Amino acid sequence: MNSVGILGTGAYLPEKVLTNADLEKLVDTSDEWIVSRTGIKERRIAAPDEASSDLAVKAAEQALRRAGIGAEEIDLIIVATVTPDMSFPATSCLVQNRLGAKKAATFDLSAACTGFLYGISTAAQFITTGVYRYALVIGVECLSRIVDWSDRSTCILFGDGAGAVVLGPVEDGYGFQSYELRGDGSGGDLLKLTAGGSRLPATEETVQSRLHTLSMEGREVFKFAVRVIGSATDEALKKAGLTKEDIDFLIPHQANIRIIESAIKRFGLSEEKVIVNVDRYGNMSSASIPVALHEAVEQKRLHKDDTIVLCGFGAGLTWGATVLKWSLE
Amino acid sequence: MAETTFERVKGIIVEHLDVDKEAVTLDASVKDDLGADSLDVVDLILQFEDEFGVEIADEEAEKISTVGDIVNYIENNL
Ligand SMILES: CC(C)(COP(=O)(O)OP(=O)(O)OC[C@H]1O[C@@H](n2cnc3c(N)ncnc32)[C@H](O)[C@@H]1OP(=O)(O)O)[C@@H](O)C(=O)NCCC(=O)NCCS
Repeated sequence: MNSVGILGTGAYLPEKVLTNADLEKLVDTSDEWIVSRTGIKERRIAAPDEASSDLAVKAAEQALRRAGIGAEEIDLIIVATVTPDMSFPATSCLVQNRLGAKKAATFDLSAACTGFLYGISTAAQFITTGVYRYALVIGVECLSRIVDWSDRSTCILFGDGAGAVVLGPVEDGYGFQSYELRGDGSGGDLLKLTAGGSRLPATEETVQSRLHTLSMEGREVFKFAVRVIGSATDEALKKAGLTKEDIDFLIPHQANIRIIESAIKRFGLSEEKVIVNVDRYGNMSSASIPVALHEAVEQKRLHKDDTIVLCGFGAGLTWGATVLKWSLE
Repeated sequence: MAETTFERVKGIIVEHLDVDKEAVTLDASVKDDLGADSLDVVDLILQFEDEFGVEIADEEAEKISTVGDIVNYIENNL
């Protein structure tokens, strides 16, 4: 079994910033309410001519540069997203073509806000077993395209962005230490985009009934999220033979600062160990964790030998965590 | 003597809302008197569910206003 880890990270955030003050003009809300209930101050919105693949390519190019790996060396591309450019072809194929990653196997993966975690965990298996050497995993979303901009309880929460990592072999004992991936479809109705699939294809009626935008039961999702951050982190640590005292950094999915605060209080982890960017980007679903990871790397917060836990949760329901022993200087 | 439901509920509220023990009376309104916002309430419900092993559905949670409501709900559903 080869040790596999992260060789380089990248991110791309669209230029347009949508502040809480901007939202006050769209719906009946206030900066005070949004900040106190979510910690979000602003989020990014993709330009009208930008789609997920455009964001993904930019994040991927940066990750490849940081890793010092050429696109033609990549064996596998996984794009985690719930907002692909279109139903098919897969966004990963569009990305592969733009990057010129000619030999790469490519597919999209749908696990909502846990998508990036499912993606890196999947890609890592191919490298551990020696089937592939280098993989590119991208979490990308244009959630601004699927939120109901007249629903104040959801439109304030989300943003657009992309984060990417290159995975490959690392020094023995470094990189991924454990994987904990979970799902519970019985909670599927708590967070969903109802129409546009084979159950309810797009019709005039589905459009009029606003079934093409995201709907959510916020309080139930809140409780779920707070519970699983602790339980998934615990499980992943246990599988790695570690305890919470070993954690140098936790990078949780960035849905709401109140979820993070409540979860770490229950779990018993100090705030300095938790990486947060929800204030600047809102919830970017599968892009939140890789963007936060990339920023932590750029800010030189992570050091070789650090124990890092990535933890995701979201629609499906899906959730999970993975423990990494950081291998980069 | 075993701690009463009220005592346990009080302990959780004091810890989570950072309020004085004396303020947590059966008549106290969780939002108006103890300063909880809507998400503090969700957070408290979650703590009660885990502490007492009860499930407090959203519709039920919406009816809860005072500390006494919480204690009653828990005792009736244990
Ligand atoms: C969405 C969320 C912030 C809403 O908070 P909440 O406390 O549950 O809000 P509620 O729906 O109970 O509403 C509380 C009050 O605020 C109001 N409100 C809701 N959204 C508002 C807004 N944007 N601005 C101002 N007021 C708002 C409601 O109308 C309600 O008013 P009322 O008490 O007069 O009826 C919260 O439930 C949440 O973050 N849930 C998790 C969602 C999530 O992260 N999902 C993705 C996971 S991957």
